[in-house]
Amino acid sequence: MKPTRLILVAVGGQGNLLSSKVIGESALLAGVPVRMSEIHGMAQRGGVVESSIVFGDAKSTIISDGEADVLVGFEPSETLRALNKCNSRTVVISNLARMSPFTVTVGSGIYPDLKNLQSLIRAKTANLIAFNAEVLAREAGNVLSVNMVLLGALIQTGKIPLARETVKEVIKTKTKKAFLESNLKAFELGFSTANSMV
Amino acid sequence: MHKLLTRQPGLKMLLLGNEAIARGGLEAGVAVATTYPGTPSSEISLNFFQISQESELYFEYSTNEKVALEVAAATANSGVRSMCVMKHVGMNVAADALLTLAYVGVKGGLVIVTADDPFMFSSQNEQDNRYYSKLSGLPMLEPSSAQEAKDMMVDAFDLSEQLQLPVIFRTTTRINHSTEIVSLGDLREPKTKGDFKKDPFNYVTVPAVSRNLHAKLLEKLDKAEKISENSEYNIIYGEGDWGIICNGVSCNYVFDAVKDLDIENSVRILRIGFSHPLPRVLIQDFLKTCEKVLIVEEGEPFMEETVKAFAQEEGLTLSIKGKDDALFSRLFEYNPALVRECLAAYFGVDYTPRTGVDLSDIPEIPQRPPSLCAGCSHRATFYSVQKAAKGMETICPTDIGCYTLGFMPPLSTGDFLICMGSSVGTSCGFSKATNKKVISFIGDSTFFHTGIPGLINAVFNNHNFTLVILDNGITAMTGHQPHPGVDMKALNFEGYARVSIEDIVKAVGVKHVSIIRPYRVKKSVDTIKEALMYKGVSVIISQEPCTLFTKALKKPRGKPFFVSEKYKGHRDCINDLACPAFFIKKNRVNIDPVLCSGCSICAQICPEHAILPLKDKAV
Repeated sequence: MKPTRLILVAVGGQGNLLSSKVIGESALLAGVPVRMSEIHGMAQRGGVVESSIVFGDAKSTIISDGEADVLVGFEPSETLRALNKCNSRTVVISNLARMSPFTVTVGSGIYPDLKNLQSLIRAKTANLIAFNAEVLAREAGNVLSVNMVLLGALIQTGKIPLARETVKEVIKTKTKKAFLESNLKAFELGFSTANSMV
Repeated sequence: MHKLLTRQPGLKMLLLGNEAIARGGLEAGVAVATTYPGTPSSEISLNFFQISQESELYFEYSTNEKVALEVAAATANSGVRSMCVMKHVGMNVAADALLTLAYVGVKGGLVIVTADDPFMFSSQNEQDNRYYSKLSGLPMLEPSSAQEAKDMMVDAFDLSEQLQLPVIFRTTTRINHSTEIVSLGDLREPKTKGDFKKDPFNYVTVPAVSRNLHAKLLEKLDKAEKISENSEYNIIYGEGDWGIICNGVSCNYVFDAVKDLDIENSVRILRIGFSHPLPRVLIQDFLKTCEKVLIVEEGEPFMEETVKAFAQEEGLTLSIKGKDDALFSRLFEYNPALVRECLAAYFGVDYTPRTGVDLSDIPEIPQRPPSLCAGCSHRATFYSVQKAAKGMETICPTDIGCYTLGFMPPLSTGDFLICMGSSVGTSCGFSKATNKKVISFIGDSTFFHTGIPGLINAVFNNHNFTLVILDNGITAMTGHQPHPGVDMKALNFEGYARVSIEDIVKAVGVKHVSIIRPYRVKKSVDTIKEALMYKGVSVIISQEPCTLFTKALKKPRGKPFFVSEKYKGHRDCINDLACPAFFIKKNRVNIDPVLCSGCSICAQICPEHAILPLKDKAV
């Protein structure tokens, strides 16, 4: 099985590690070889969290610059920051809800213009699927389900070797019961939104 | 039941490398595990701590790595299988115990896990702890994957008992923090009690005894080398003329690169997993079959130096390279593309690097550095100290913990840091060599770890500085582990005592000791001012629970605050405190009620008195 390389980037607290876990468990359930690596540089203290997930026949757990097949960004400026992982064939999925870094609040940085950000990514990669996942998460009943919204969109692209039903099965068995309903709804909303954008 | 206690051999589980290591220990029947927490090793002990609540495993968070190793040295010499877990720099702390424990050896298996951190994702240096195996004369194993880490751990215990030596089990961040599908083995019942047989002429390391023991260690090392020669962890793949010798995660990058470059028929790969002592004959025979050899190892040229020496012994003159300006660096971690490029360059394979997207027109992206949490008591303490020290020329040695982040503007408190506990020792030096006011900072857990001897030194040698002990009631940085000052009863853990920081400070003879509650700004500033004026050693203990931990325990926190209509445009709160709960909207300061913990520091310092508590928490 030819390797597929997926990068997830998020701000600490956005639930990136849970979506990685769901993806990993789904691969286990589906019998797809999977290896993952994560770097949480003080995630709980507002830093960036990056997960790399490699499906198929590869031994490495990390992904070099320019070699991601898919990039999922949980926050638009973080998606842009991770563009070094992409090439012209990379499919990019990005949340458009901003989480302004504190450097912007204190005026030592300028948040990139969202329109410009999208056109840059679109011009340089195969495809950009971008929408406000926070709005959809709210609609699903839990603002913290942004991770499930983006997971739904990711599965819709068909770029990673995991079926919709497998992932839903894992959401049912491996995420907290209290959030089951909102997680599934968020997943479906992400899936259908990505579907409508193709 | 804890998932790592699952009794289903053959079951496939998605495990973090550190979980796999812990599981390996359980499959080996480990009965005692000790540690001082440190990333990237922390999850091994976190799992052991949880497992010890529901099994026969004895686990302890020891005060530091040296103590952790001493505890494990004794349990292992009582015939009980033991494991001691630490991050790479922890090994420096444990080294005094390690180097003579190597002479004494063990009866029951002892495996010492050192988690190295190439690239320093969460460390102050990227030292290569493989040299500790050489320095101590102990055997060393290095896994390349989570599955192998688990399996190898079981063999590490057997090896330890076979050689009657502790075994160093060396990992890197990409082993510890990679997640893979791991197939479980059988759990082994731990033997929790053993016996210690008096044998002072082999255990009490006076010079006459140690002279014999060192000779014995060398005999054991010879035996270890023979085992290494035939170890299933030192294996040759392929039959080509181009040789590659690799270890740890680098092997994975090598295997992927060889496939990508389509040179599977040209290369011969020697994977080293039993890396001290290196298998001399195996390597020499390997070199004889190769045209040229590339050594792929992150960190220092540990294998390279020895392999070149082995080649010299046999008069082999083939090209052997590794660390080289045109090939691999001693800096940072490797990655698949880097290894692919170096292989192509060294063996002369046609290869066009895959090009990523052009980043030249990407606008500058604002940095997102980690910061102290909203409502963090450290921020409050730093603020008050800066206010109290206004007008003074200061030097502020700091230490290892969340509060190291205080060195960033605007708090800008933190001028010197080398290792755990160094805040206190270096304060002695700075106060002696300069005329500036020295104010140093150390966390509660770090104080217990290695801060106390420095303080005793300061009292005895009559140094002149103020030490601020940031007591937030937990080891926050590594994920809220207990330490001797923690009220374990309040956390529903039985069987622990509690050690008072204040009692220690007074007992070692500090004459000026004060306690502040950092959320009370004015009172804190006054108390700190007084302590700063004292000639000699003064200690301020700043007590306030970690806000993140309070939140995790679902304990009540203060009501969030908001910026009222009294707001006139001052930004002291943002400029002086930089609490992440602040944000600017329509050119006005606002407070995110979800992030705000209600610490009220900003309200206390607002010159406009514009920051007020929200009446109702529901927002």
